[in-house]
Amino acid sequence: MSDLSRRKLITTGLVAAAGVTGLGVAARLAQKYGLVPPDHGGIYGLGETLTYASQRLLTRHSLAREFSRSQISKRPVPNEMPPFNEAFKRLQAGRFADWRLSVDGMVARPGTFSLAQLKSYPSRNQITQLACEEGWSYIAEWTGVPLSHVLELVGVQPQARYVVYFSIDPDWWESIDMADALHPQTFLAYGLNGDELPVSNGGPLRLRLPRQLGYKSVKFITHMTVTDSLKGFGKGLGSAAPEAGYAWYAGI
Amino acid sequence: MGDSVFIPTAASAAPATTVAPRHSAFVRVTHWITTLCFLALLVSGIEVVISHPRFYWGETGNVLTQPLFQIPIPSSRALVPTGYKYVLPDQNGWSRALHFQAAWVLVLTGLLYVISVFFTDHFRKDLLPRKADLSWRVLSREIVDHLRFKRPSAAEAWSYNVLQRLSYLFVIFVLSPLVIWSGLAMSLAFVSAFPASVTLLGGQQSARTIHFFVTLALVLFLLVHIVMVWLAGFRSRMRAMITGCATTDEEPT
Repeated sequence: MSDLSRRKLITTGLVAAAGVTGLGVAARLAQKYGLVPPDHGGIYGLGETLTYASQRLLTRHSLAREFSRSQISKRPVPNEMPPFNEAFKRLQAGRFADWRLSVDGMVARPGTFSLAQLKSYPSRNQITQLACEEGWSYIAEWTGVPLSHVLELVGVQPQARYVVYFSIDPDWWESIDMADALHPQTFLAYGLNGDELPVSNGGPLRLRLPRQLGYKSVKFITHMTVTDSLKGFGKGLGSAAPEAGYAWYAGI
Repeated sequence: MGDSVFIPTAASAAPATTVAPRHSAFVRVTHWITTLCFLALLVSGIEVVISHPRFYWGETGNVLTQPLFQIPIPSSRALVPTGYKYVLPDQNGWSRALHFQAAWVLVLTGLLYVISVFFTDHFRKDLLPRKADLSWRVLSREIVDHLRFKRPSAAEAWSYNVLQRLSYLFVIFVLSPLVIWSGLAMSLAFVSAFPASVTLLGGQQSARTIHFFVTLALVLFLLVHIVMVWLAGFRSRMRAMITGCATTDEEPT
């Protein structure tokens, strides 16, 4: 072995050791600052983690683009048929007067909210884009109460890290980190383009999350849980999406 | 890695064949990582397009609006009016995950490659066209030679001709940045931090359409690249890009 190649071997070894140590430190730091998504396991975990970590660092406080009234799409796409399960039908027959949103978990004052209550809170509007992972999109004006307002009412505990939210359709539930939950554009939406939010677009109550793809904006919201760990929910991957092969974090 | 020069001591031993370093280990490794990632991106990208094979211009577009054009293929979603009576199976889950993972690996590899330009003579020696070659006379002769499918001279086993250099530069410094940019411009979260990235391209659906056409250009480059490798001598060119050693044992023209 020549001196040159020995020196090279030592250098390569040192670089490799530094690399492995660096990766270990990076993983610990990422875990500490909440940059690792719940679906980080598996063969695509590297990509999911890099995307979530980098976008979380870049976009913690950035606002989704808002548009002018003239840019609103003529018809908001009614994408999926509503879940006409018995519970939903009964509530629909009563014009959703008995629709309730319950909020529990790591909160000081667990509570249940009627639509009338939610509508009595200061309402906000946003003209934002709803983009589907398939590639299509539309712009609409959404009216609702910022989720942060409701979370303030129930008193989120400081160790909380995620909000898990459930549709009346039992197969559809999602979760977001606190950065998204407290984001000013994250709404509990009950209005669309100046009218009641139609059932075909998720009425009477839909979570609106304009910085992520449409499937995170769960329709027909009835229940929310504030938590510090997603392990106890479903398969522990964070939401229904990763269980179906889709990413938990849908900012891209 | 650029300094790991292989010294061709055995070159003179075999008179008919010359074996010498052609591509550095760094260029070879980045080339094949890029190849793998590009194929993964292409396959997964096609799968995602199948879920909505319609393209639009501007900010928005959906089944209720007029498309710019539609690819005449069946879709994996029942809502898309394709004219076909059947719906393909949904493959978007793994396709999207593979697409973004391959994109990360490719972008990081590409960054290393571009940074290496400053530390090795690869860029100056192999990619930058020689001043003398940038005349219309040389360029037109090269174009005519290419159109006639003329076999490259033996000397070209050791360096790139001017058309080759220009197309590599175009792929590295125009098409690749454009495909990354138009991809990021489709990300709702990314554009919330950098709104100009999407408005400069004319809107989110325009970005998607641009992403599609730049991909077509990259596929065209790939096809021409493979044909050229084939014409120049598939085995020797592959050997050069895998082992690093070039040979000039081809039949002279």
